Amino acid sequence: MAAAPQTSLSAAETDALRTIAGTMIPEDAALGMPGADDPAILDDIVRSIGRDLPPVREALAAIVAKAGNGFAGLERDTREALIAKWYPSGGAPAAALGRVILSAYYRDDRVLVALGHEARSPFPTGYVLEQGDWSLLDAVRDRPPFWRDDRIVPGEER
Amino acid sequence: MAANEKVDVLIIGSGASGAAVAWSLAETKMRILCLEQGDWMKSTEFPSNGRDWEARRYTDFEISPNRRGRETDYPINDDNSLMKIANFNGVGGGTLIYTAHWPRMHPSDFKVKSLDGVADDWPVDYWALEKFYEENDRMMGVSGLAGDPGVPPRHPPMPPIGLGRTGTRYAQAMNRLGWHWWPSDTTIATTDYDGRAKCINLGHCTPGCAQGAKASTDITYWPLALRAGVELRTRCRVREITTDERGMAAGAIYYDADGVEKFQPAEVVILACNGVGTPRLLLNSASAKFPNGLANSSGLVGRNLMLHPWPIVTGYVEETMDGGRGPINCIWSKQFYETDPSRDFVRGYTLQFGRGTGPATQAVIGAASGLLPWGSDHHRRYAKMLDHRLSIGVACEDLPEEHNTVTLDPVLKDGNGIPAPKIDYTISENTRRMMEHGIARAEEILTEAGATDLYASRTALNYPGHLLGTARMGTDPERSVVNEWGRTHDVKNLFIVDGSIWVTSGGVNPTSTIQALALYVADQMKQRLATLFD
Repeated sequence: MAAAPQTSLSAAETDALRTIAGTMIPEDAALGMPGADDPAILDDIVRSIGRDLPPVREALAAIVAKAGNGFAGLERDTREALIAKWYPSGGAPAAALGRVILSAYYRDDRVLVALGHEARSPFPTGYVLEQGDWSLLDAVRDRPPFWRDDRIVPGEER
Repeated sequence: MAANEKVDVLIIGSGASGAAVAWSLAETKMRILCLEQGDWMKSTEFPSNGRDWEARRYTDFEISPNRRGRETDYPINDDNSLMKIANFNGVGGGTLIYTAHWPRMHPSDFKVKSLDGVADDWPVDYWALEKFYEENDRMMGVSGLAGDPGVPPRHPPMPPIGLGRTGTRYAQAMNRLGWHWWPSDTTIATTDYDGRAKCINLGHCTPGCAQGAKASTDITYWPLALRAGVELRTRCRVREITTDERGMAAGAIYYDADGVEKFQPAEVVILACNGVGTPRLLLNSASAKFPNGLANSSGLVGRNLMLHPWPIVTGYVEETMDGGRGPINCIWSKQFYETDPSRDFVRGYTLQFGRGTGPATQAVIGAASGLLPWGSDHHRRYAKMLDHRLSIGVACEDLPEEHNTVTLDPVLKDGNGIPAPKIDYTISENTRRMMEHGIARAEEILTEAGATDLYASRTALNYPGHLLGTARMGTDPERSVVNEWGRTHDVKNLFIVDGSIWVTSGGVNPTSTIQALALYVADQMKQRLATLFD
């Protein structure tokens, strides 16, 4: 009988994700920014992988393999260098891993507040958009029409 | 196979054009039925209601049907195209997920052969469509400002969206450069309008507007059409148009929500399935009498696909801008729209100036561009991006080329076993030169605005979803699929009203013109009811 398709990360993959996510987005206490390996954020990442499970698993496996199966044991600088080198050439798996981590990380309340944003959905409150400086349009209003009028014979004035 | 009661007019597709033609024909009191493969959407379920609003852009509100993968979607093989296909299947179609940017075609766009010696002239001109543009602007509800010297006169019924900090920044730069700009026309309501509440700057207009301020045809045309007696059936996926012994369209075979095959007879059939869905349906309707597909004696069904290559150039300024707190539409520029003999390409483009994005989208964009690093420097760099972003889109005119095609994939099928479309598309040399010209101008503008870290995305990240040209309009049956009022040359009770019938693409978002053309075709049909099939 064929094995049932895997629907979530294994424990080993989750451990790898924790280290990798924390390397990609580390904590910065001075800025009030948690790391992406923060338990609540990591839990959100894992829960939201969904349809990206195959490429995310592929990405995790690729990173672990590049580290000689010892990514977690590497020094931080070495881990960062490995990610920096792998990500641009990592294709769809790299993009999927990055997107899943970033999407969960940048909706965390603590992250949003530290960035000066409100931790809420856009609706129903919305936001205020300034009108801006409409006097700037005066310079354009003075310009004569310049779209090509197909009804005018070339050489005739508009 | 179960057959339904015959209707006078059967419309396939409920999006931009299907809704407009249904509403316009409703006054004839004919029995009109529209079949839509998707569902009615609920504003309470649009992403901006929830904290996962940005992530859903990459899942159930993704613009690519291949990734979105809703049960109501059909797959599209676009592997052989740098430009990917965007669409939405639901009542309202692509208007549910468009940006609501609302430029019209220019008069010169309809006469590219006469004026510039390329492609073909349209069999209709701007002035024939002008009153339908105006009618459509009232129906959809347009916000904008009259008096733009870059376009013919028009009369938006609502004031424009605010410039904001971002628009002001662009405007200052454009004035210093001496280049044209104007607040964009948009179908985002800036005042309460015809039952729609005004925009409250949710900032995430593309995947559905929870406020209902953005016009999509499910909340503009359809309520009026339904009230006037038009019937709309959802979850009905049409497989083929059948013909009778006279070679006239007899109706459509479709699958209902339970997958049951049914036949819907009709006196008149109107296709409104977009520039990919319509050729797919015509090619899937091949028969002994029409072996190359229905209405395809010219061999042009599925050819001349135009997708609007749309580079986006991004930069970042030190000051805080609007970010994602407002509609993405801001201003446009027609400075480089018309042909200039001094350039190394013909035709031109609109520059479309955007605001920023939400926090997660900014991070995803930053990482994809390589400007946002992973690791210790991530937070410092990100802080310089979020709410500091400027971006300019280059909406390039895409001229028709017969080798850019929609055909039937020999293997891929949708959930009902109907062959899926296959896209083969390359960007022409003329368009590539136009793209590079536009990118260079956008970089000049961003630099003038004080932006740094400029990044140009040519095609990989851009899916405009403008699907045009695959059943072109014309007076010569050997060189076109439909005549000058939308009726197919080969089948006299079969009409097409979507972007398929475009002859050229202009350098603008197409929805305004798609709907004006649909209203024009409906008007032509109403004027010819007694002789419609002659």
